[in-house]
Amino acid sequence: MPAALELKAVHKSFGKTAIINGVDLAIEKGERHAVIGPNGAGKSTLFNLISGRFAVTSGSILLNGEPITGLQPQQINHRGLARSFQITNIFPKLSVFENLRCAVLWSLGYKYSFWQRVGGLKDVRERADELVGMIGLQKRRDTVAGVLSYAEQRALEIGITIGGGADVILLDEPTAGMSNTETADAVALIRNVTVGKTLVMVEHDMSVVFGLADRISVLVYGQVIATGTPQEIRGNKAVQEAYLGAEVE
Amino acid sequence: MSAMFPWRRLLVWSATAAVMIVAPLVFTQGFAVSMLSQMGIAIIFALSYNMLLGQTGMLSFGHAVYFGLGAFFAAHALNAIGANTLGWPVSLLPLIGGAAGLVFGVIFGYITTKHSGTPFAMISLGIAEMVAACSLMFPSFFGGEGGISTDRVVGKAVMGIDFGPSIQVYYLIAAWCFVCMIAMFALTQTPLGRMANAVRDNPERARFVGYNPTRVRFLMLSLAGFFAGVAGALEVINFELITAERLGTVASGNVLLMAFIGGIGHFYGPIIGAVLVTFLQSALSNYTQAWLLYFGLFFLVMILFAPGGIASLLTLHKPAVQTRTLGRLLLPYAGAAAAAAVLMLGLVALVEMLYHLETKAEQVGTVMSLFGRQMDTATAQPWIVAAGILVVGGVLLAFVARFVRSGWAHVTVAVNRAKGI
Amino acid sequence: MEFFLVTLLNSLSYGLLLFMLSSGLTLIFSMMGVLNFAHASFYMLGAYFAYQTSTYVGFWPALVIAPLVVAGLGAITERYGLRTVHKYGHVAELLFTFGLAYIIEEVVHLIWGRAPVPYRIPEILDFSAFSIFSTQYPAYRVFMMLISVAMLVALYLVLTRTRIGMIIQASLSHPDMVQALGHNVPTVFMLVFAGGAALAGLAGVIGGNAFVTEPGMAVSVGTIVFVVVVFGGMGSLAGAFIASLIIGAVQTFSVAFDYSLLSLFGTIGIKVNTESGWMELWKVTIAQAAPVLPYLLMVAMLIVRPKGLMGTREG
Repeated sequence: MPAALELKAVHKSFGKTAIINGVDLAIEKGERHAVIGPNGAGKSTLFNLISGRFAVTSGSILLNGEPITGLQPQQINHRGLARSFQITNIFPKLSVFENLRCAVLWSLGYKYSFWQRVGGLKDVRERADELVGMIGLQKRRDTVAGVLSYAEQRALEIGITIGGGADVILLDEPTAGMSNTETADAVALIRNVTVGKTLVMVEHDMSVVFGLADRISVLVYGQVIATGTPQEIRGNKAVQEAYLGAEVE
Repeated sequence: MSAMFPWRRLLVWSATAAVMIVAPLVFTQGFAVSMLSQMGIAIIFALSYNMLLGQTGMLSFGHAVYFGLGAFFAAHALNAIGANTLGWPVSLLPLIGGAAGLVFGVIFGYITTKHSGTPFAMISLGIAEMVAACSLMFPSFFGGEGGISTDRVVGKAVMGIDFGPSIQVYYLIAAWCFVCMIAMFALTQTPLGRMANAVRDNPERARFVGYNPTRVRFLMLSLAGFFAGVAGALEVINFELITAERLGTVASGNVLLMAFIGGIGHFYGPIIGAVLVTFLQSALSNYTQAWLLYFGLFFLVMILFAPGGIASLLTLHKPAVQTRTLGRLLLPYAGAAAAAAVLMLGLVALVEMLYHLETKAEQVGTVMSLFGRQMDTATAQPWIVAAGILVVGGVLLAFVARFVRSGWAHVTVAVNRAKGI
Repeated sequence: MEFFLVTLLNSLSYGLLLFMLSSGLTLIFSMMGVLNFAHASFYMLGAYFAYQTSTYVGFWPALVIAPLVVAGLGAITERYGLRTVHKYGHVAELLFTFGLAYIIEEVVHLIWGRAPVPYRIPEILDFSAFSIFSTQYPAYRVFMMLISVAMLVALYLVLTRTRIGMIIQASLSHPDMVQALGHNVPTVFMLVFAGGAALAGLAGVIGGNAFVTEPGMAVSVGTIVFVVVVFGGMGSLAGAFIASLIIGAVQTFSVAFDYSLLSLFGTIGIKVNTESGWMELWKVTIAQAAPVLPYLLMVAMLIVRPKGLMGTREG
């Protein structure tokens, strides 16, 4: 069985600056995988490459064994990969419900239809309302997303990401900027919505990483210096030197 | 959440239809039917424009291209019907115009919708200029300076309707207008219509939920081209003449003004804009040569102080109505209106005197009649008086603005109390 | 050969004039994200102000006064207009300048009328600078080129050698960073807008009498300048420069050619059915098609390379 997501010798440079320096990574189906590393290591760039926001300079990326290198973001999305953003990226003028409706339309096969009334599509409504419930925003269902609190917007961001039913989910710092209780809620939400899916996330909060991840990759200066279970990473000398020592007591 | 039967919506549409049916019976002056017909055409055109600007966030300076090309194809089709080389009912001529608009929407949409934002705006202008320049090169299609004239009274009358009398033309336009309004509203309620909003607000996020923003923009532009073409064909039936002017950049700017003044953020905004602007243009142009200037100033004031257009000004007052505090605003508004009237009196006097001095003084002398008074524009006195009125109006307005603000503060308090804050 | 050289010089002087306009437009666009629709209106105002000033004090003071007045108007436009609508987003800003262009045209109608004004080139420059074979080349055209090149050099020096130029360059790429470092970016914006307006005004002063000063000049030049900016690639000064010269050459050369597709067919020996409906297309000469050519070039560029010649931004 092919890996859910596989990166082979991926490089990315902006001008003369190399940001990603030959990353090889294989993530199994159903795995929860965290990518950690110091600021500027290239974690977000890596996500942008996988999701098609940026083009790779060289190397290849495979989704369920199929190459997706060079595809447009929406094409990659159609092949079953969805992502969230570090800086909240929602539809601010639409309501929570409408945001989630946008997220489910494609996957339910309505595409660019201009002959069906969206309000009459029962499956769309039910799926979007189910998502509203999953992210716990029932009371905010018809509120314009732009006025939600930060934590609520982050939850909506996750809801939009999983809405399309993709089986590979990339979350970019889902708990960044949250208080402790908000973080705990977010972790529970992530755990809940990614059951049976493959999850790759970038995260700075080590309690979240070690609580959620099955395996961890450490990215330093655009290279994966170690990949392994949380225990292996904890015990890895190179990782401790490069990164962990300072942040985990 | 069960889908309730939309009684409210049905009521609004029925009322709209009733107004459209009754309007020519109420306004019976000679020019009224003609103006109502123009309003109907303008409504379709402005709504189709707002499919781009309001719904998909595409600022186009070339929408009249689709209107004009639709109109030219319709005019040639109408002439072919008259020459018995084409069998097609005149009442369905707008379908031909719409098809032409759609085809050109597809062609130009392919080129332009790879871009968005400012580049799209510039490119749409370039395309419009290109088509306008082409129109002078091919006189057999565009008819040169004189345009293409045609005759709508062709074929046999169906149930006594031959579209000879302008009232028959009005009802044809009204019917098409109503159908197009419903169609364009329905479009906003489809998956494509909703994704157009999503692309307008955040094209990048739209990509990551599976939609190609370019494709969404392309489809919306093509469909908008169709409705613009329908409006163009109705224009041909109404005037029995179409000139290349109607596909030029001035016409494109005009539809932009209509949509914007009415309010691009609401579906009905462009309808208000189309009615108001059509009325102002034909009313003002009868009275003054400077109407374009007044019109431009009106537009600028709207952008600076009410960028959501008239529709947003209306919705702004909804909370005041709900909390029954609208009364607190009426007096300040009356004061502001009076002050604005003084300001405008001074401004209009200055502009009209300038125009007289520049354009008419050589033929008819420097004395002109303004607001029922004779004044000599060569002397200083009327200028000083007009400038004085302008300044007084400005000072008054600044003074009254304070009361408007305190009135609104009162409304805000009431609204917050109602919300329980 | 003679014709070619003269036309080449003419196209060069016209292309440089276009660059004076497109450089200001590009600077304003890349710094503020605002496409100034009224940019060509400032060009027109430059010409009219120069005409009016020169009737009182002559051409040479007008050469300085008119651009300065236009710069002042530009500063006012930025400070009291654009900055107010900035919070409503780029569409509102664009529409504001669009409305402004509309009003400026009407005000010009109001003050100077609809007919062209007799703005003439100064007598002291009304002689022939040199002759190319039998053609006397007018000194004023040479003067235009000198002014344009001097402006170019000045612009280059300001951007690369002065403090304000450094800030402008930095805020082109990192506006937030520049603001964080304590530079007053709004003031820089106002200066750039005023500077762009001044450049346009100067172009109007030297272009208004070489061509014609009339209320339609803003629209006709404005759309060409837009084509130049799209063709060259939005936000690229180098692209705008090359595109100015190319579009200038296309416009200048094309009006002089009387060849049509029909004459081409004749030369290569294709017989055309003269009754065919396409005849009108075959008969169009390059000179007749001249007004369309810049736009066709733009469309061709967009199909081949949507970013434009040197553009870095996707649409």
